[in-house]
Amino acid sequence: MQYNVDEKGYYGDFGGAFIPEMLYPNVEELQKNYKTLTADPAFQKEFQQLLRDYVGRPTPLYFASRLSEKYQTKIYLKREDLCHTGAHKVNNTIGQILLAKKLGKNRIIAETGAGQHGVATATVCALMGISCVVYMGELDIQRQAPNVARMKMLGAEVRPAQSGSKTLKDATNEAIRDWINNPVDTHYIIGSVVGPHPYPDMVARFQSVISAETKSQLLACEGRDYPDHVIACVGGGSNAAGLYYHYLNDTRVNIIAVEAAGKGIDSGASAATSALGREGIIHGSKTLLMQTEDGQITEPYSISAGLDYPGVGPMHAHLYRSKRAEFISIPDQEAMDWGLTLSQMEGIIPAIETAHAFAVLDARKFNPDDIIVFNCSGRGDKDLNTYIDYFKL
Amino acid sequence: MNRIDKAFAQGKKLLSIYFSAGHPQLDDTLPILQQLQASGVDMIEIGLPFSDPLADGPTIQESATQALRNGMTTHKLFEQLQEVRQHIELPLIIMGYFNPMLQYGMEAFCERCAEVGIDGLIIPDLPIDVFEKEYKALFDKHGLYAIFLITPQTSDERIHYIDALSQGFIYMVSSASVTGAKNDFGAAQTDYFNRIAALGLQTPQIVGFGISNAATYQAATQHAQGAIIGSAFIKFLEEKGVAQIPEFIQQIKN
Repeated sequence: MQYNVDEKGYYGDFGGAFIPEMLYPNVEELQKNYKTLTADPAFQKEFQQLLRDYVGRPTPLYFASRLSEKYQTKIYLKREDLCHTGAHKVNNTIGQILLAKKLGKNRIIAETGAGQHGVATATVCALMGISCVVYMGELDIQRQAPNVARMKMLGAEVRPAQSGSKTLKDATNEAIRDWINNPVDTHYIIGSVVGPHPYPDMVARFQSVISAETKSQLLACEGRDYPDHVIACVGGGSNAAGLYYHYLNDTRVNIIAVEAAGKGIDSGASAATSALGREGIIHGSKTLLMQTEDGQITEPYSISAGLDYPGVGPMHAHLYRSKRAEFISIPDQEAMDWGLTLSQMEGIIPAIETAHAFAVLDARKFNPDDIIVFNCSGRGDKDLNTYIDYFKL
Repeated sequence: MNRIDKAFAQGKKLLSIYFSAGHPQLDDTLPILQQLQASGVDMIEIGLPFSDPLADGPTIQESATQALRNGMTTHKLFEQLQEVRQHIELPLIIMGYFNPMLQYGMEAFCERCAEVGIDGLIIPDLPIDVFEKEYKALFDKHGLYAIFLITPQTSDERIHYIDALSQGFIYMVSSASVTGAKNDFGAAQTDYFNRIAALGLQTPQIVGFGISNAATYQAATQHAQGAIIGSAFIKFLEEKGVAQIPEFIQQIKN
């Protein structure tokens, strides 16, 4: 079985480019050029240099000794939370802004839910002096005021998405509409491994630096370049795609994907797409998505805005259907408790998204000599208000 | 002969109207169709509402959202259209996004379309290559015409490919834009219309997106065999109601 994307942009049954004709020239331009432009040595040199000097890569692979002792297994954290802007998102925005420059685009648009991708996009636009518009659901703007302020400080315009449910999926719709209206000068930086081909593969490639570094770091500390388990949270799935990337076809490595169960899978307020979704089309991609019987896309729920997406990237849909990956869903309460546990056992305050992944340690048994790598995908600064309200801090 | 071909065979400029089924009221579908027919329009596009209509502007999205709130579903629409051919002779096209049709089942969807007397489908997010490979035979079996969009950015080569696979007409999107009413066409659009006219396509073209009044309708039909009005009609329906539809159509035709 092949787990990478095929020539036509599919992961097994999933993927493709289900886009209105208005977007065809833009998407075709990316499809034709993304591999050659990003493989170009000059591109790679600039990309690697920015990842090192600007983002702060390589991020550490940290052996979590207290957690390892408690759970009687070997636990490593890939510290993406130490990236500039506070999460892995910037790996992708650096890559895409360089690509946009190569394509001669002088205007950037993006969608954002919690604001992390919006901040990462506004950051690289400031770095390159390119104008930036970020679409954000009106409700999310109210919930994530600090990130809205960060984007504004960075010079981006934050436009509220006022349609539908006024959250991430509507912000994505608005960004796509903007691209339809501005097909010539604008590049759309999608923040996750979702959207029409080639976005899922392109974003996964930019994020694959996470597993590339993990391999050499593990080799140095464990004498082998692969772990027994890789574990990451999945909303759209970009941090997971980055951690899994170089292990997709290495079946010695067990892949674990953690979704947000919200208030419980059967509560009607959940974002556990693998459990609740059916095959369909969302944002230009054939994948698993939460929808009504009639094919209307439903509104997901999770306490973490970054996992609050009704679909999942087509790579992950394929990993689920082919049983290559184990999917586990974690409710709000367990994730919040893990936010506290990781803070007090390792001195790392994680993003609530990230905290979901660690709850796997309670949900499942591991062997004493297992080597586990968690993607510590983001830091919890942005979630302080939620933590304060929840724990009455 | 497909009713769409019959309409074009009259040799006149066609006026086509789009509305969202289930809006303003759930059961307005048949009354709207009857009013439109009585007002002398030539073709009708029935919008199957979708929660996330990427190619549409705010007017059509809001009408779709309202229709869904009113309780519109694919099953409901087919129920409403069950006896439509006892009342309506005009060509009827369903325009909708791919996901609701996929969930209904494409085979079942096409079969129901044929049963109730639908003449063609416009599915903006079904790529033409996927259509050709997976669904063309199904459309042919049920006598359904597949109608595709072209835009000012579509290359000549691709337009010829679309022309070869199109039936009925090509939906010529007037500008780089989502749907929505505009007041006039600029020089760039006129150049685009002229470029398309010079390609000598076998399929007739109808202009859509941005047509709102007699002036834009006139301008569009100078360059194409017809024009489609959506957002402006939906706004009118909201303000004036179904009974006043003839007033809107008369304004456009004058």
